[in-house]
Amino acid sequence: MKVRIPDPLRSYTERQSVVEAAGDTVGAVIADLDRQYPGIRFRMVDEQNKIRPHMKVFVNEDAVRDPETRVAPGDELTIMQALSGG
Amino acid sequence: MTTTYVESPEPVRDGLALLVGTRKGAWILTGDERREQWRAAGPLFLGHIAQHVVLDPRDRTTLLLAASTGHLGPTVFRSENLGRSWKEATRPPAFAAGERLGRSLRAVFWLSPGHPDEPGSWYAGGSPQGLFRSDDGGDTWESVHGWNDHPKWETWAEWPEEGTPDGSMLHSIIVDPSDASHLYIGLSGGGVFESADGGADWLPLNAGSVATFLPDPEPEFGHDPHCVRLHPLRPDRLYQQNHCGIYRMDRPDARWIRVGDNMPPEVGDIGFPIELHPRDPDTAWVFPMDGTDVWPRTSPGGRPAVYITRDAGESWTRRDAGLPERGWFTVKRQAMTVDTRDPVGVYFGTTSGEIWASADEGASWECLARHLPEIYSVEHADPVSRR
Repeated sequence: MKVRIPDPLRSYTERQSVVEAAGDTVGAVIADLDRQYPGIRFRMVDEQNKIRPHMKVFVNEDAVRDPETRVAPGDELTIMQALSGG
Repeated sequence: MTTTYVESPEPVRDGLALLVGTRKGAWILTGDERREQWRAAGPLFLGHIAQHVVLDPRDRTTLLLAASTGHLGPTVFRSENLGRSWKEATRPPAFAAGERLGRSLRAVFWLSPGHPDEPGSWYAGGSPQGLFRSDDGGDTWESVHGWNDHPKWETWAEWPEEGTPDGSMLHSIIVDPSDASHLYIGLSGGGVFESADGGADWLPLNAGSVATFLPDPEPEFGHDPHCVRLHPLRPDRLYQQNHCGIYRMDRPDARWIRVGDNMPPEVGDIGFPIELHPRDPDTAWVFPMDGTDVWPRTSPGGRPAVYITRDAGESWTRRDAGLPERGWFTVKRQAMTVDTRDPVGVYFGTTSGEIWASADEGASWECLARHLPEIYSVEHADPVSRR
């Protein structure tokens, strides 16, 4: 499925804003992303398998926080990051 | 002293270097042997929070940089060629997945090279107050279970509430040069702790230091050491700049002596950094800050000054020639360093983005760099390129 990558994480995806990754849950898709782009997962998911605060993951148009959320072929994952802080 | 600013793919030159971590990236300053001509290369990792940049003193070529980036998770970047190229750690410092406390590392705050007899070994301290070790030059990191899973960790560390303004941190990781298994760490807050067995077990080491912010001002732990230093040529001598004073300890004694009582009363003995002369265990420098009222943490009276002792803290002398008559910045605990030259060069970075240098052990000061982001750390290094 298509995964949209926010600008702060594009150093991992060779500056690509949209990449392909596979899996039947949000967590599995992110794990597949990490196989292709090592290191990207830990920047957005912590060691306790929680999506980090201020990182947002959307399945199509629905925001999800649980990595176990199931996804289906044809869904689209959008990863967003708040840029607050100054 | 003059400084030229460059954006160079080869940020480090052989010789004298200052590794500068800031809130928005890293800079590397290199100076000639007379410490007159300086070159400031950067920014490296612009926009990343660079907490600490450290050169491996054993190979003098490997650089480690503790970074986080806005809301992204913490990591460590490594360069094996003095900054010409960087790679992220394959397995950055992290607590164990699924562990009982559910801790998640928010920042890698401190980096310390391991013992000279253990090449490639490094320690990292974090927020929350975890301790991590690498044995492959910082590429993969393991939890130091003896500390992170110590039965008293929840009591000693600040958990789950973090009490200090920028979050609790584990810092001042010291490896005794005479014994690789003898370690010290500092917890802000929490106190100084010591391990005699390579980190398998730990004991508090705070007797004699005070914690005026606690109901019992002399508890076993709970203190706030800001920076702890061990003299490399006399490993039994420790100094610490604490939230509540400047202290010295000479082992095997296990009691801190408040040598800050010898500071001028109108200045006091509160501060963040303390730095030691590389060859003289009796000489140290501090940068006092205002710890009165609501703790502005700027220089007392707005008059920036370094203080030096040459008698192990029995007396202190003000050193401010060349420093601004008025200034309202803070020097953080990792933002002061000394070089190994004779006379010793002393350097500090400010929260207002300036780097100040003295090539005569603090007698006179010049500004090396201005208009950098808030400076978190300044470390001296003597790099050697290997092509």
